[in-house]
Amino acid sequence: MDELSLYVLDITMNSVRAGATEIEITLLEEGEWLDFSVTDNGCGMKKEQVDKLTNPFFTTRKTRKVGLGIPFLTMLAEMTGGGVTITSKHESEYTDHGTTTAARFGRHHIDFVPIGDMVETVKTLIQGSPEINFTYRHIIDGREVYLSCKELKEVLGEDIPLNEPEILMWIDGNLREQYEEAEK
Amino acid sequence: MKSLEELKAIKAKMQDKVAMRTSSGDTRIVVGMATCGIAAGARPVLNAFVEGITEAGLGDEVIVTQTGCIGICQYEPVVEVYSKDAEKVTYVKMTAERAKEVIEKHIKGGKVVTEYTIGAAAK
Repeated sequence: MDELSLYVLDITMNSVRAGATEIEITLLEEGEWLDFSVTDNGCGMKKEQVDKLTNPFFTTRKTRKVGLGIPFLTMLAEMTGGGVTITSKHESEYTDHGTTTAARFGRHHIDFVPIGDMVETVKTLIQGSPEINFTYRHIIDGREVYLSCKELKEVLGEDIPLNEPEILMWIDGNLREQYEEAEK
Repeated sequence: MKSLEELKAIKAKMQDKVAMRTSSGDTRIVVGMATCGIAAGARPVLNAFVEGITEAGLGDEVIVTQTGCIGICQYEPVVEVYSKDAEKVTYVKMTAERAKEVIEKHIKGGKVVTEYTIGAAAK
């Protein structure tokens, strides 16, 4: 994958498939690092499962035998001098279950990929799962781009799903304006 | 600025529309969005369908949704079209350009774009 925003989309899809209702995506760019994390309240994983995650031949999926999401992320992180940490609490053992996937990348490293279009990634996630409360934060050297689906739902009420085209267009415009400000 | 005020205005406009909607969802366009799909370029394909269907004014009849890995990763991006009273059509190796063509010819015109289907690709 040639942009970070696609990794973010791919990793966040794991949280969607884990049945999460709240998903927090954070990108923090500061100094030489870009720290990325996704935290969800989905079903979580047991320790044995977490231990196997970087093995591409481990997957819970039934349609194919290879799972490449986490191995891809780990490869990019390690190539740029960073790494990946996954912590998880399985629903059979914890009431506050869920998973956090955190990755650190050397943001100026020659092997790092461009961040790419994060707005498209956020829109794609909301389009596919309007019921999930995504909280998105991207902090670039202290300046923040922020979106909270929960806050949008408080304005819109129950009847208008966030994946209505008019709403997705508003989200697109709002985020792009925030990025313009943050990148000035 | 795309403010919350503007969002409130959109809400006011949409409430009537949503209430009146008789969403038939006769046609479903399903885009594979697992690692295999995303890596092969599914995001712009999905986007092209969402935008194209809205622009065509077909939002009430056609639903665009996402799914996980379908199991034919070598053909990603894969798009399945389910229509009432018709067999499922599986399009493979899709691009945003091809998506526009599928909306024009298949969704609007009712004619399957055979050259992009899995049947044609497997030959």
